[in-house]
Amino acid sequence: MIQSSFTERNLQLLFPLPAIVFVAMLMVFPVLYTSYLSFTNWNLTSGAEPTFVGLRSYARVLSEPRFLHALARTFAFTLFAVVIEGFLGVAAALILNRAFAGKSVAKLLLLLPLVATPIAVGIVFNLFFDPTIGLANFVLQAFGLPPGLWISSENSVIPSLILVDVWQWTPMITLIVLAGLAGLSEEPVEAARIDGASEWQILRLVTIPMVMPVILTALILRLIDALKTFDIIFAMTGGGPGYASETLNIMGFKYSFEYFRMGQSAVILVVLFVVVFGCSLGIMKLRASSEV
Amino acid sequence: MRKLVRKTLVALSSLCIAAGALAQAPAKEIRVLLANHPYGDLLKAAIPEFEGATGIKVNAESLQEGQLTTKLTTEFATNSSSVDVFMTRPLQEGKMFYKNGWYEPLAAYDFSDYPKNVMSVATFGARTYIVPLVTEWQVLYYRKDLLAGAGLKIPASFDELEAAAKKLNSDSVAGFASRGKGAAAVTQLSSYVYNYGGLYLDKGVAVFDSKPAVDAIRFYGKMLGNYGPKGVTSMSWENIMPLFQAGKVALWTDASVFYGQIIDPAKTQVSVDKVGIANFPAGPKTNSPFIVTSWGMAVAKQSKKKDLALKFIDWATSKQLAAKGMQANITMARSSVWEDKAILARINPGLVETRAFAAKNGYPLDRPYMSAVGEARDLIGELVIDSINTKGVSPNLEKMAKERVEKVNELLQDTGEYGK
Repeated sequence: MIQSSFTERNLQLLFPLPAIVFVAMLMVFPVLYTSYLSFTNWNLTSGAEPTFVGLRSYARVLSEPRFLHALARTFAFTLFAVVIEGFLGVAAALILNRAFAGKSVAKLLLLLPLVATPIAVGIVFNLFFDPTIGLANFVLQAFGLPPGLWISSENSVIPSLILVDVWQWTPMITLIVLAGLAGLSEEPVEAARIDGASEWQILRLVTIPMVMPVILTALILRLIDALKTFDIIFAMTGGGPGYASETLNIMGFKYSFEYFRMGQSAVILVVLFVVVFGCSLGIMKLRASSEV
Repeated sequence: MRKLVRKTLVALSSLCIAAGALAQAPAKEIRVLLANHPYGDLLKAAIPEFEGATGIKVNAESLQEGQLTTKLTTEFATNSSSVDVFMTRPLQEGKMFYKNGWYEPLAAYDFSDYPKNVMSVATFGARTYIVPLVTEWQVLYYRKDLLAGAGLKIPASFDELEAAAKKLNSDSVAGFASRGKGAAAVTQLSSYVYNYGGLYLDKGVAVFDSKPAVDAIRFYGKMLGNYGPKGVTSMSWENIMPLFQAGKVALWTDASVFYGQIIDPAKTQVSVDKVGIANFPAGPKTNSPFIVTSWGMAVAKQSKKKDLALKFIDWATSKQLAAKGMQANITMARSSVWEDKAILARINPGLVETRAFAAKNGYPLDRPYMSAVGEARDLIGELVIDSINTKGVSPNLEKMAKERVEKVNELLQDTGEYGK
């Protein structure tokens, strides 16, 4: 009887236990271990055992121009991609929220990019962007426009990658916002209409504010994901040409698996973690204030 | 409630026993990691023969070369590997794997059939750790029809190469192609550096800021900047090969290993009789293209089934399979297959001739041979990209080369390889 009462008394602890163990093992432990590694000089090319070096790896990595460029590039990529995806995604959701002929087909087509595997998307877009035999330049030239170098030039590689990211992830924003719109009550809109508000006023002053928490949720999810983008960039450019599309994640990968500087790679990843964590906290605060 | 707990415990423990039984899989089973390389494919197809003859079950996985290194490194570094045998790139990862003690020494293997220079990258100290599998050397691929149409002969020197590239270059066809993507270009640049009289490393010291080496990098940049395909600074062989196969490239210097694929009628739009292979052209100083052991095979130090692993490696690197590889135009490292007239009669004469030249005159390295080769390649790759972007006339190249040499020397010092 003692046993059963122990189980029953502690049900609220026992049931979430598997989830807590899972999170601890697969999320908390890796983060802590990576932080620990960032204070060591673990480098496989030397063959030596890792030793504790304090903040030396931080000093070395953080002062490298290549790291600062990667950091700035990570922000630029994320900012442009998420802002464009936000605008297009919300616009598409508002359009799809109305009744029109062929709506279900349009919805289906819009959602297709979302289900494609990023690596496959990267490979296909690589062919698409090829300056010599790619479809992108073929289309441009068919309209009498000059061909571009796309991902092959240091100047156009980030915009081209943003284009792919927008193509793939705008539908996610649309999907979430569409769900939010479906859950809104019709009454405020009708009340505004009776009061003589124009369609534009209804959209701007009634619908958008009501759906704002949902839009912000979608943007947070997208932001966190975009900061961590790896697959598309890795598959398409590997960070090139040169280091022109190297974001923190790509740089961290290269430091681990091409340079085998595990300690310094951990520094890069800790910084990325802090950036993602900070941005998420910031937006969550923003969201909380918008709900008030 | 107590009953329930007891029942759950019984169920759990029986599950554990079952899992334990599963973990102790049949004793005669090994795990082999292969590369996505023609020889890896050939082995994979032949494995059932080995299994039938020995009763050893082989779990083979194929990975692209970069991912293979990543996977092996992760498994070995975390001491969690169940890999028994793996394909390995001696020049890329050999030194690092050896230093970390990931290769098992191969004391009993008979290496008498391998040339001395090939063995030099398989041996560390007094012991040998890698069985050489495949060699490659640099060649010139060219379009016979385009050269003939322009009244040109096969370029035999860098001057002739430049003249031909200039003449054949047009809006629809790039006169010349070679890898331009930073680190990937370093191996193909090497023969240019050697033929100008330079080296990447000399006795464990970086020397690619010497005049001959910088001249070679300028020439490479001039050729690709002026006559290369658009966007060449992001191109490795996997981007250039489709262009060549689509008839968009006239001259292409790269490793001999791609010959089989560019004369495969199923893969190319250019008919086979229009594609030629020739010796790498001579430079101002010499003609010494790289000829390297690109792939080898090794037994993992962490393997718990070394006897089975050794049996597998004996079979996988046997003369019979080497002969089979040769028939598939895979250029094997064993000497005897290159002396066997019956085998030579069946493989492409262009490969036989260019190999004979490279074996006699070539240089056995195609990259800085050091543990931190990945980073060193990126550093040299920065020079390649700068040179291509400026069509070989970059005013900063000497200064950049000097800085990169210092950085590579630092890497050599960090890993205890400087001056060795």
